[in-house]
Amino acid sequence: MSRIAARFASLKGTRGALITYLQAYDPDPATSLAILRGLPGAGADIIEVGMPFTDPMADGPSIQLAAQRALKSGATLSRTLALVRDFRAEETATPIVLMGYYNPILSYGVASFCVEAASSGVDGLIIVDVPPEEADEIEPDAKAQGLDLIRLVAPTTDDSRLPKVLAATSGFVYYVSILGITGTRSASRESMAAEIPRIRAHTDLPIVIGFGIRTPAQAAEAAGIGDGAAVGTALVDVLAGSLDEHGRAKSDTVRRVLDAVRALAEEIRR
Amino acid sequence: MPNSFRQGPDSRGRFGQFGGRFVAETLMPLILEVEAAYEASKTDQAFQDEWRRLLKDYVGRPSPLWSAERITAHVRKSAKPGKGAKIYFKRDELNHTGAHKINAVLGQILLAKKMGKTRIIAETGAGQHGVATATACALFDLPCTVFMGATDVERQQPNVFRMKLLGAEVRPVSAGAGTLKDAMNEALRYWVANVTDTYYCIGTVAGPHPYPMMVRDFQSVIGEEAKVQMQAAEGRLPDALVAAIGGGSNAMGLFYPFLDDPSVQMYGVEAAGRGIDTHEHAASLAKGRPGVLHGNRMYLLQDDDGQVQEAHSISAGLDYPGVGPEHSWLHEIGRVRYVSATDDDALDAFQLCSRLEGIIPALEPAHALAATMRLAVGMDADKILVMNMCGRGDKDIFTVAKLLGERL
Repeated sequence: MSRIAARFASLKGTRGALITYLQAYDPDPATSLAILRGLPGAGADIIEVGMPFTDPMADGPSIQLAAQRALKSGATLSRTLALVRDFRAEETATPIVLMGYYNPILSYGVASFCVEAASSGVDGLIIVDVPPEEADEIEPDAKAQGLDLIRLVAPTTDDSRLPKVLAATSGFVYYVSILGITGTRSASRESMAAEIPRIRAHTDLPIVIGFGIRTPAQAAEAAGIGDGAAVGTALVDVLAGSLDEHGRAKSDTVRRVLDAVRALAEEIRR
Repeated sequence: MPNSFRQGPDSRGRFGQFGGRFVAETLMPLILEVEAAYEASKTDQAFQDEWRRLLKDYVGRPSPLWSAERITAHVRKSAKPGKGAKIYFKRDELNHTGAHKINAVLGQILLAKKMGKTRIIAETGAGQHGVATATACALFDLPCTVFMGATDVERQQPNVFRMKLLGAEVRPVSAGAGTLKDAMNEALRYWVANVTDTYYCIGTVAGPHPYPMMVRDFQSVIGEEAKVQMQAAEGRLPDALVAAIGGGSNAMGLFYPFLDDPSVQMYGVEAAGRGIDTHEHAASLAKGRPGVLHGNRMYLLQDDDGQVQEAHSISAGLDYPGVGPEHSWLHEIGRVRYVSATDDDALDAFQLCSRLEGIIPALEPAHALAATMRLAVGMDADKILVMNMCGRGDKDIFTVAKLLGERL
């Protein structure tokens, strides 16, 4: 069983999963690794690591700025993989999902990226700008390496399209709960309560809700309706708020981010 | 080599390996809807009639084909005996709104209306596409938001004001270098949040399928007219076509109807900025490699890690790190040759054209003119070359004045 499947299986019937998102190398490699290592203890069930890109078209201002900080501190795709390897040296149970855009992967070489991601301890990939129509770009290599390809389902993904999207998905389904980019709107309980059963009718995969989840209460609500809640922008904002005027980490940056994760985890476990 | 160069794209929106639909899931259903609506419009006679009527009575098409005799004479002065091709301008700068952009905008706005969309967004670099979109939205009474890089807002003030006069909202984008790439990112972000009522009117032959095909088809009116006009003027096909390339819409429009005429050579002119061997240029085909940005695979200026690099050009309309997928394909198979002209080349051609022909060109076709003159010098005097004068230079006079040290 994959780490992702095992994690959802272990939570089944008890509570939903907390999925956290931060960008690799934001704001620097050492802080990024320290946060990563602290996440499981703070209550993250699955860790998304953002792959920094110059042109993050599905992301709002917070994550755009995170990408700029990360790139400025030297982030590359191979360094992001190295970060995961460093994390995996000490932690083997918590799944790691890389999330980002296609061009850096294409530039790296899709086949060698998938080989090295798997050997570095990556469990799944979310590549925002590779929809099912372009799945053959990466699916064969990802499958060959046992990497889950997690796809986004949006409010615009209608019933006629859902089977096509879900057929190309493994690991879990990532439900984009808002019309829009990351961190810009909040999902409403009504829309989640209506949409999740619609998707569930088409799949047995766990469904994670993301893009519009900010507060512990929203996370608990989403994790109750779906099988997990993904929180990104709110954590990136905590990180950004902890930096000095030059965008450098301060002594409490790691703690403040992990405290925010703890608050989310506690609410989900309540 | 294919039997025809005019069969693309395939059903996946690919020209060879280029093109495609690399967008987030939220947009995907809408992209498919645009494609279906566009396919239906091709056989919708009322739609086609309305578009043609607008081109004729509102835009002022056909645009003239002008024999640029003084430029030709200027080229021949420095050419060897018997050399110096005859130069024609396809005068799309005479279109209403002052550039070729309006051709595809009107087609797309008609499509948006047909799809029941009630809001229009667009990105713009030089402001020509923004002005064209704002114009069409005024005509059709549609609210319009134009995304424009903050740097471009500064250097294209006249067009910013024109858009406002036309009733459009101009949103400056300060991310990145504040140029066309950033404007397109922001337009795509806005679209994701407003998919239900909004149509994104893309200005160039890039973006997810069907945009590269659709914009090309609408712009092909340029080449179709040129073919007929050249037949009337000279009784034959031209020997070479030249057009500037940013994303590549004016070039695609001129080239496409001639792609299967093997005697016609074609030259796309990229912006070499401060020089193609510096880091400040926009020569995606000469210096980039295939990558994915803004919904399609194309030649892209990028670093070793696949991070997109900033382009540079004196011309805001050419200041883009990518180039449309069909150009990327035509480059790889060698049907079109891609050359370049620097900021200085363009500035010289801008002034020369103003004095010799009484035509102030936009900085975009000024690049094409610089390359045209270079090519014409080496061609036989009985050869004919057509350059797309795709925009007029009124919008650029402030930029040029500043560079020439004039205070306005």
